[in-house]
Amino acid sequence: MERLWTIMRKEVYHIWRDPRTLGLILLLPGLLLILLGFGISGESQDLSMVVADLSKTDASRRYLDYYVASDDFEVVASAASEVEVLAFIDGGKAQVGLLIPEAFGRTLETGGTAEVQLYVNGSADPANVQTIQLKLSAIGQMASQTILVRRITHVGAATGLSLPIDTFVKTLYNPNGDRKLYIIPGLIPVILELQGLLLSALAIVKEREQGTMEQLIVTTIKPWELMLGKIIPYLVVSTFTLLSMLALSQLLFGITIAGSFWELLGLSLIFIVGSLGMGVLISNLAQSQMQAMYLAMFIVLIPSIILSGMIYPRDGMPWASLFYSELLPVTHYLTILRAIFLRGVGAAALWPSILPLIGLSIVYFVASIFVFRKRI
Amino acid sequence: MSAENAIEIHDLVQRFGSFTAVDHVTFSVPRGEIFGLLGPNGAGKTTTIRILCGILLPTSGRASVLGFDVARQPEEIKKRIGYMSQKFSLYGDLTPQENLDFYASIYAVPRAGRAGRISELIELSGLGEHRKTLTRNLSGAWRQRLALACAIVHRPPMLFLDEATAGVDPVSRREFWDLIYRMAGEGTSVLATTHYMDEAEYCNQIGMMHAGELIALASPDALRAQMPGTLLQVDCAGPAQAFQVLEAMPGILEMAIHGARLHVSLAEPGQADELQRRLGRAGIAIRSLNAIQPSLEDIFLYMVQQRQPTPTHVVGE
Ligand SMILES: Nc1ncnc2c1ncn2[C@@H]1O[C@H](COP(=O)(O)OP(=O)(O)OP(=O)(O)O)[C@@H](O)[C@H]1O
Ligand SMILES: [Mg+2]
Repeated sequence: MERLWTIMRKEVYHIWRDPRTLGLILLLPGLLLILLGFGISGESQDLSMVVADLSKTDASRRYLDYYVASDDFEVVASAASEVEVLAFIDGGKAQVGLLIPEAFGRTLETGGTAEVQLYVNGSADPANVQTIQLKLSAIGQMASQTILVRRITHVGAATGLSLPIDTFVKTLYNPNGDRKLYIIPGLIPVILELQGLLLSALAIVKEREQGTMEQLIVTTIKPWELMLGKIIPYLVVSTFTLLSMLALSQLLFGITIAGSFWELLGLSLIFIVGSLGMGVLISNLAQSQMQAMYLAMFIVLIPSIILSGMIYPRDGMPWASLFYSELLPVTHYLTILRAIFLRGVGAAALWPSILPLIGLSIVYFVASIFVFRKRI
Repeated sequence: MSAENAIEIHDLVQRFGSFTAVDHVTFSVPRGEIFGLLGPNGAGKTTTIRILCGILLPTSGRASVLGFDVARQPEEIKKRIGYMSQKFSLYGDLTPQENLDFYASIYAVPRAGRAGRISELIELSGLGEHRKTLTRNLSGAWRQRLALACAIVHRPPMLFLDEATAGVDPVSRREFWDLIYRMAGEGTSVLATTHYMDEAEYCNQIGMMHAGELIALASPDALRAQMPGTLLQVDCAGPAQAFQVLEAMPGILEMAIHGARLHVSLAEPGQADELQRRLGRAGIAIRSLNAIQPSLEDIFLYMVQQRQPTPTHVVGE
């Protein structure tokens, strides 16, 4: 037991006496969260729009309102013709153009199908173009639905505008808030895992490379003492990172934890142990620091980003990818974190994710002890 | 297995792939003795030590340390040995004091006497004024002293020293060996490897290794006696030229250049006159000519040549 303490103290010296690295360890995760948090959720910021409303009717202005109200589009200019609209887009002054034909109001009045022309600058980043198109069509669809509904209401009983429908539509489509809420709790697990792996993947192999391991394995040290003694200081560092990221999400992004903080903390610790365990396991298997980094990146980190459900939903994945993602603690932790963070779900309802998380964390940690050999 | 011997090795083989680093080696070291393992780079000395420390599993053969088998009871061995590896392997970002504290705790040195033991070692190694300097900022000799202190912090009855004095000045080397000698006197068994042949004089027994094989095994005196002929030290102008001249002379067993001098091993003592005549004819002035005791280096070169089909002359350091 005293030996465990001694190893921990030595690891703390290593971390503490390298202040630059310590600074990087403590600061980079927060910076990454800020950068990615704004970067990814900032994608849905206002798009500049040029509008040519040739109809100039009540109906056309109401239609236009849907775009303005969506928070996604900002009308930066109005034009008088299609040519002018295109000129704005070509000149880079607007990203999107909307042309409401002269007949718009009249067609709606007479119960016909009004046509609206949208222009998107296709030379922009393809991912962006896709989002823009999606948004435009969603809003367009929403507008015409509302108009359709209103028309029915008008015909049935002349009870004026039906407010409930309006509200309903708005909550459904609140992209800015929703995105951030979804993205930030997705970033936290991946950043935590990234940090945990970087810290622990070198733990063993570095000592092997610098030769200090040879002196250590001729002693009576026990593998579990060494592994645990190395992991615990990193656990403290990772916990600090977690807390600072939680603080940042609240202060910068205004996201508060809907569920229990303590449940979130406890489950996070289990996840961190699992990540560190995987790192130490890799460190035991790798023959050089370079190898350890490659293994950590390609076996754990990149699959974690792509397969965990952080970016792409896991529903449509082929069974092999799905199976692999089940072996990654981050997959389960992501589900747990989003549920506690966003929906305020209690841990009692999350057993299907908590059990595999605990199981995997134990397996990886114990495996790292068994794989360790006190041999050259 | 007899527990009277600190080390027993029988027919030990270590292969790395198709390469044989230790080739059917057999020897034993009685308790309380200093055993020196000598040999050039790549001879297999470090590999042998690693096997004995229980951190390398031998390919075949048997080895035991203090009565414990290296393959089956490595942890029992580790409790009882100290090991100074060839490569410096303490923590550079810890101070000597912290390194000592660390190993004292890892070796479970009883808490009661621990602080006393550590100050004793710091005194012994003269590290007092450096105890708070980061180890990576210490010079080579200080590091070696610290490494030795860490290796003996738990008072092991068996000590393995792998080139413990490499890169250390002669005075420190002497002090180092005096310390080892004292420990052996107190009953510690020592197995040491070295490149410095003069250090071998401290050893009770010497094993000479070459290309994985043990080519000689005896006390320093017995080894000297094994060398036939008479060894002459020729101090002359241009030893390299003299070397060439004497190559043609029959009856020379071995020749080696030692700095400005030439060591010549003659089959018959009477050949010294013939040697002087030949050098004189070649116009090489002889400053002095003495019969000397063969050094271990001479013996080693002789032993290596004995094993080679055609004798080649080796230039010593
Ligand atoms: N793990 C290993 N894998 C492959 N070859 C090895 C390994 N360890 C040692 N060798 C080889 O075995 C041979 C003997 O090495 P060893 O380190 O025992 O020699 P040594 O006598 O200690 O030499 P030196 O005086 O240079 O320290 C060398 O040729 C070395 O390259
Ligand atoms: Mg060696």
